[in-house]
Amino acid sequence: MLAKKEISSVEMTQTFLDRIHQHNPTINAYIALDADKTLAQAKAADARIASGTAEPLTGIPFAQKDIFCAKGWQTTCGSKMLANFVAPYDAHVITQFDNAGAVNLGKTNMDEFAMGSSNETSYFGGVKNPWDFDRVPGGSSGGSAAAVAARLCAAATGTDTGGSIRQPASLCGFTGLKPTYGLVSRYGMIAFASSLDQAGPMAKSAEDCALMMNVMTGFDERDSTSLNRPKEDYTRGLDKMVGNQPLKGLRIGLPKEYFADGLDDNVAKVVQEAIAEYRKLGAETVDISLPNSQLSIPVYYVLAPAEASSNLSRYDGVRYGHRAAEYDDLMDMYMKSRAEGFGAEVKRRILIGTYVLSAGYYDAYYLKAQQIRRLIADDFTQAFKQCDVIMGPTAPSTAFKAGEKADDPVAMYLQDVYTIATNLAGLPGMSIPAGFSPSIDGKRLPVGLQLMGNYFDEARMLDVAHAYQQVTDWHLAMPEGI
Amino acid sequence: MALNITDIKRIAHLARLEISDQEATATLTKLTGILGLIEQMQAVDTTGITPMSHSQDVTQRLRDDVVTAINQRESFQANAPVLGNGSAEKAVDSGLYLVPKVIE
Repeated sequence: MLAKKEISSVEMTQTFLDRIHQHNPTINAYIALDADKTLAQAKAADARIASGTAEPLTGIPFAQKDIFCAKGWQTTCGSKMLANFVAPYDAHVITQFDNAGAVNLGKTNMDEFAMGSSNETSYFGGVKNPWDFDRVPGGSSGGSAAAVAARLCAAATGTDTGGSIRQPASLCGFTGLKPTYGLVSRYGMIAFASSLDQAGPMAKSAEDCALMMNVMTGFDERDSTSLNRPKEDYTRGLDKMVGNQPLKGLRIGLPKEYFADGLDDNVAKVVQEAIAEYRKLGAETVDISLPNSQLSIPVYYVLAPAEASSNLSRYDGVRYGHRAAEYDDLMDMYMKSRAEGFGAEVKRRILIGTYVLSAGYYDAYYLKAQQIRRLIADDFTQAFKQCDVIMGPTAPSTAFKAGEKADDPVAMYLQDVYTIATNLAGLPGMSIPAGFSPSIDGKRLPVGLQLMGNYFDEARMLDVAHAYQQVTDWHLAMPEGI
Repeated sequence: MALNITDIKRIAHLARLEISDQEATATLTKLTGILGLIEQMQAVDTTGITPMSHSQDVTQRLRDDVVTAINQRESFQANAPVLGNGSAEKAVDSGLYLVPKVIE
């Protein structure tokens, strides 16, 4: 539409800003807005379109998860610790969107320091699931998820350490992709667990995700784990996903552990129906096993808190972030500033991380977890000898009610039972809308199908998702009344 | 290993988190639950397995030893916290950050 000049970027951006103005007070998806900055970008995009130098994302309004530093924007990571922090520089992801001429609509709400699966740990309050305001949008990228689902942006960015893009994509009914670890630079992305954190796109369709991947990925020397690989065009195979049986020859692995106890019946049914649809598209299914997958949660809850306790030690109230109003000596200033600045879940994870790394426990916890991490990664290596892509549920249930699991960390952690293994292995994972649960309280809730691919196989995963989205319309469904 | 209140307080001190007795009690319950989850790992025989710290087998890159960062002291210090202890000023002075006296 922008390319055909049917609508200007300023008009499109203003439409989204109006929708945000109308719905955000209820949904709480955005925690920082700056219409002047946003519209200035839209104006610049219109000039670029007029000059004939537009790229595919030029003029498109995106929401940015508040984990990305964006120069001049409040950047809080959902924490009181950073409530007054204005980023003095841009994250690589933000720079990439800026260079593409995209428009930044604002910063989205999230679980504090990305630690959560419901957005309820945010210092700035919970986010409502647009499909049912009594329910959570998932997390940690809950604000981006609600913004995409409620059409308060064209698309959004997220980050995924244990499922924080895919689980909300499942609970809110849109397409989300966590790329192979190292494809998207972590520069300027506030660190949670550095060996697992990875940014990715959250959008309506696989096609939109592919266009965003073209912008977000690429080598960046400022991230020591950024991979120096040739640039790819993630849209290159999408056009071929037409005609009769476009997926002929594709082998889909179905891990038996992903269809066992703990999976909600309604979710299982939708996932099975989606897999049946894939068979119609020409794919064959292969039964596989990921025997160590049930260990991914215990391993993750050693490694992620260990890395977090180290990463979050930087928040000491000295140079930026919260400092206690009253304190005695330097130690007292550290202890009080951190106790006041962090929320309960973040503190819990810092404590677990500190404990598992402390003298005498390192071998039993941290080293053991790293060893099992290898077993989990090896499971996938074996599995991908038998299949091209793995499918299963993204989350064990549909969106749950706000408050339902907020006081039970272990129950909350189980939300990521199907997503964490790919983070530990560094593999790409994706969630696509696959249908709805039967109505509860008159509201139907989205269900996501998870796709897991081999390293650097995002283009094929996007093709596979796109093929499904050519013959189904779940990804086009919109919540009522918004 | 079962944790007790003394452990929680010791860990909190190591993590530089002030914790009240009441918070420590609540934290003990939750941490015990989480550690119970983690204990499942102990059933796995990992003899001889090389620990995996990273998904990609990459080595640390080196770069030329040249200055790359520009001086942004003023913009960084704009984010300095409020000094506290009765002062509403930023905790900076002459380009330095202010902290309680550590050397007598």
